[in-house]
Amino acid sequence: MADTQQLKDLTTQVRRDILRMVHKVNSGHPGGSLGCAEFFVTLYSDLMERKEGFDMDGIGEDLFFLSNGHISPVYYSVLARSGYFPVDELNTFRLINSRLQGHPTTHEGLPGIRIASGSLGQGMSVALGAAQAKKINGDNHLIYSLHGDGELQEGQNWEAIMYASGKKVDNLISTIDLNGQQIDGSTDTVLPMGNIREKFEAFGWIVIDIEKGNNIDAIKKGMAEAKSKTGKGKPVCVLLKTVMGNGVDFMMHTHAWHGKAPNDEQLAIGLAQNPETFGDY
Amino acid sequence: MKTYTYIEKKDTRSGFGAGLAELGRTNPNVVALCADLIGSLKMDKFIEENPERFFQIGIAEANMMGIAAGLTIGGKIPFTGTFANFSTGRVYDQIRQSIAYSGKNVKICASHAGVTLGEDGATHQILEDIGLMKMLPGMVVINPCDYNQTKAATLAIADYEGPVYLRFGRPAVPVFMPENQKFEIGKAIQLTEGTDVTIVATGHLVWEALEASKALHEHGISAEVINIHTIKPLDDEAILKSVAKTGCIVTAEEHNYLGGLGESVSRVLALNKPTPQEFVATNDTFGESGTPALLMEKYGLNSNAIIKKAKAVIARK
Repeated sequence: MADTQQLKDLTTQVRRDILRMVHKVNSGHPGGSLGCAEFFVTLYSDLMERKEGFDMDGIGEDLFFLSNGHISPVYYSVLARSGYFPVDELNTFRLINSRLQGHPTTHEGLPGIRIASGSLGQGMSVALGAAQAKKINGDNHLIYSLHGDGELQEGQNWEAIMYASGKKVDNLISTIDLNGQQIDGSTDTVLPMGNIREKFEAFGWIVIDIEKGNNIDAIKKGMAEAKSKTGKGKPVCVLLKTVMGNGVDFMMHTHAWHGKAPNDEQLAIGLAQNPETFGDY
Repeated sequence: MKTYTYIEKKDTRSGFGAGLAELGRTNPNVVALCADLIGSLKMDKFIEENPERFFQIGIAEANMMGIAAGLTIGGKIPFTGTFANFSTGRVYDQIRQSIAYSGKNVKICASHAGVTLGEDGATHQILEDIGLMKMLPGMVVINPCDYNQTKAATLAIADYEGPVYLRFGRPAVPVFMPENQKFEIGKAIQLTEGTDVTIVATGHLVWEALEASKALHEHGISAEVINIHTIKPLDDEAILKSVAKTGCIVTAEEHNYLGGLGESVSRVLALNKPTPQEFVATNDTFGESGTPALLMEKYGLNSNAIIKKAKAVIARK
């Protein structure tokens, strides 16, 4: 298990990557990316059993699927810093001829990515298919997926949520990023979704809360609990309460930075709040 | 003139079911998914013999397409089964992002295509699916003509790496293609030789084209009938070779003329050899309830319609 301080330091570096990537091309989604930085770092550095290198089938290792593909900056940063591709390639984010498309894709062959995402609501179905393939293959590794809370407004999720419990897909841990924000405002003002925990429970899932979704120890503890609940005939949902824009004070607690890049001055402030730890790309 | 006969009529969907069952025995990576239409898609045999490789998804086609995409990650070859309408228009974005753009090895198998679905009416009779699917980069589109060809196509697509749309139908139609034929994706089959007009047909319209060619022959018109089971990639060479001889062409399909086989053929001709063309297809309309035969007659999709268009296009030479 990785040392918490190391994971914190890596998170700081990932925040720098996110800010610099979106600033350079003046586009991209920093808010949700920053909110999930601790989760991604813990997932890839501590939680998942991963093989060296990358192959699409991923037999004999845990797999991760990102459904809310717009938070690609955090995904790319963590994949690069986990060794899937050179960290320098983060320089090409959203540029022409890049493997780092605005939203993640397999199309350009970027190692670490197993499905395109961006059009919302599709990732859980894909994760279910991969989970079923693991069962047929007799591979007892796990499937992890991440979804935005606003994304749950897409109906396909509820088809998948119903299927997962109905068919006892118990090698899946789907995490919902509960930041309470979406493009047009708070989730409560755009479309109130009621009690998400009760909804998942009513659909037959085991639900684990991580109240401090930006605290690495809390994530470790919550995800370990989630992992302990797999293999018991039910899918597992983690409700990860995060702060959008976490780690950059002026980006926190607002939907304003969902899809907006910082200017030069804002970038400087953001970077000053997150000193270099593992080296900038 | 080479003539074709048949002993029995069978539905093309049963050809799919037979092919799938055979794949169940020969290819351990093949898995099947269905959205509550096992009987209609004739998937029973595969399920009976391979229950662990079958996924009943329920009435949730979007989820089915995503699960199919996910199953490829782990080396499976998923065959999804539902009606053509629910295999395409209903789940276009799921196919676009999770299957086509992601380059996943999913076989989208679609029954009850076109007006010959019959009495259920326009809600279920998709006439736009070929267009929807052929527009997706990298998607192969196949519309076989009879039981034997559908079975052969089902076997062939399992050996092809990449997304495929396989379209077939509900009614029993003549079985005239050879049993155990080799199916080559993208390779047209010339059924009759002719000099006056080329008839390029796909799906149920291939038999109608053969019937038309017989009648035309009696009127002294020599028609070359080509079975285009693969609409994408299109066999440009076969089309150009034939029109070089005949100088005119009729395309025939159970689909809207917008987005169908006919338009794909027009492009090939426009780029290489502008040639008079007539379209046997639906005319930008929805279908309606009725028997398959009466619907084919009303919407101009049978041998009579082909004969009429053949004469018209010859007159334009």
